[in-house]
Amino acid sequence: MTEQPLLVAEGLSKNYGPRIGCRDVSLEVYPGEVLAVVGESGSGKSTLLGLLSTELDPSAGRVSYRMRDGRLADLASLGAAERRLLMRTDWGFVRQNPADGLRMAVSAGGNVGERLMAVGWRHYGNIREEALDWLGKVEIAGDRIDDDPRAFSGGMRQRLQIARNLVTRPRLVFMDEPTGGLDVSVQARLLDLIRQLVAELGLAVIIVTHDLAVARLLSHRMVVMRQGGVIETGLTDQVLDDPREPYTQLLVSSVLAA
Amino acid sequence: MNTQAIGGMPEITYNFAYLDEQTKRMIRRAILKAIAIPGYQVPFAAREMPMPYGWGTGGVQVTAAVLGRDDVLKVIDQGADDTTNAVAIRGFFEKTAGVATTTSTTEATIIQTRHRVPETALGENQILVYQVPIPEPLRFLEPRETETRQLHALAEYGLMHVKLYEDIARHGHIATTYAYPVEVAGRYVMDPSPIPKFDNPKLDDCPALQLFGAGREKRIYAIPPHTKVRSLDFEDHPFRVQKFAKPCALCAATGVYLDEVILDDRGGRMFVCSDTDYCNTRQEAGHRGEMGVPAESASSDVMPGLNPGIHAVPPGHPVQGVDGRVKSGHDGVPVESGREGDAS
Repeated sequence: MTEQPLLVAEGLSKNYGPRIGCRDVSLEVYPGEVLAVVGESGSGKSTLLGLLSTELDPSAGRVSYRMRDGRLADLASLGAAERRLLMRTDWGFVRQNPADGLRMAVSAGGNVGERLMAVGWRHYGNIREEALDWLGKVEIAGDRIDDDPRAFSGGMRQRLQIARNLVTRPRLVFMDEPTGGLDVSVQARLLDLIRQLVAELGLAVIIVTHDLAVARLLSHRMVVMRQGGVIETGLTDQVLDDPREPYTQLLVSSVLAA
Repeated sequence: MNTQAIGGMPEITYNFAYLDEQTKRMIRRAILKAIAIPGYQVPFAAREMPMPYGWGTGGVQVTAAVLGRDDVLKVIDQGADDTTNAVAIRGFFEKTAGVATTTSTTEATIIQTRHRVPETALGENQILVYQVPIPEPLRFLEPRETETRQLHALAEYGLMHVKLYEDIARHGHIATTYAYPVEVAGRYVMDPSPIPKFDNPKLDDCPALQLFGAGREKRIYAIPPHTKVRSLDFEDHPFRVQKFAKPCALCAATGVYLDEVILDDRGGRMFVCSDTDYCNTRQEAGHRGEMGVPAESASSDVMPGLNPGIHAVPPGHPVQGVDGRVKSGHDGVPVESGREGDAS
């Protein structure tokens, strides 16, 4: 790859007292690349995502991000204001539980428009038009724009969350089990949608999942975690078809063939 | 200073304006900081006051801290000088500080107010003290206080516009009519306390010092004189104040905020100035609205400073008897709606 990495993590560790959340993780994410982080429950996937997105402070190591001006900045050195601006413009965060990522008492249009208003949009008509456009992209009917997410199904809520995050055209999106808790047919449609949007917008995505099928469908590269550490990395097909580590072999072989 | 002997008990004495001097110093420091950072909510150690929360404990503490022996105090509640809250607080300071009180906006040096800004323009030698129930404009959008403080610190006010967006999406226009958020001096977004948005333009470039006290929430904030105060809005849905179709029924004033007074159970109603002092002053100057009292009877049987529209029913309009029938005056012809919503 000739391009420069978008996000670089070096030696990231996080201890919760004597317990280890995450141990000496280094990785790079390139523009337009989908990186899956897989592993069993408690393997440190969500901790890693929290560290990368600066929601958690690392016990050791650092995360750097290439800003829009091309400079690679250490995220810990950015001020709170700059980091928050980054989070609501250049980044997105799609959470497992849509209630954590949406404002449940605010209409769908308001949810999508919030980021636009946060970056200075002050024209109601334009905000609404943009919100409608994005609802269309995530396959939510335009006449639901004034309904609040409490009236939406789980799949719709998740799609609304995606629209809300993508409206400012971020370059990097974090996804924490975006399909968890959805039934299989809804999962399939959502994955299809994510794949299409990622390709269309050239997004870089770091997706945490315990579901190897999701990883295979979406990701280019994957990272396998166990007990807080990375035990195997590589191209998705390579890792899934020809796992090197015994634990990865176990993980792959434990997937039920449909 | 008030002294009183009750039986064999020792005399009860209050410090000037009830609060002790150290407390007043503490509040003054908070006020100075609030003035230095317009619109910023300064925490202060609000004291228990001899009145319940919600009755203006914040405003009373701010007033006590800025009150001097030569000050003339006016207290209004929803624009009126004669409602319970106003009478009680005026009495409180008469008793504990012995200061002169007035109902005249022009004579007062300190005006404590609940939910209104006087119609008469304020001057440089005046202080307007607001009673504030909820100082945080973002409260109902973001319940976490730690988060709202961050949002203020970083001037992230996108959320405030989400509320206005929701208004337009649901009602077709900005339906927030009171506690309408303002941006002070181009920096902090502030809740102007539950004044009608009609009063928002009066906050802008006001020559008087405006202080806001929230007792339960323990916050003080301020707008220094001649500060830019802008009501938030959208480019295609600009800020507008309420309009009234008719002038005041008692003093014929236009361009003022009117209260609706229900007269009977047949739809009879009148719209009168919410600012009683303004209305009385105009009536004394000979202005008469369609239900106004003739000049000779107006001043004789009504105490000065009280709104005749509320305390004495002017002749010539209906009064409801015990049997529910209209007893006197013309047959309660309903006045067509005097208040018009936002023209949007």
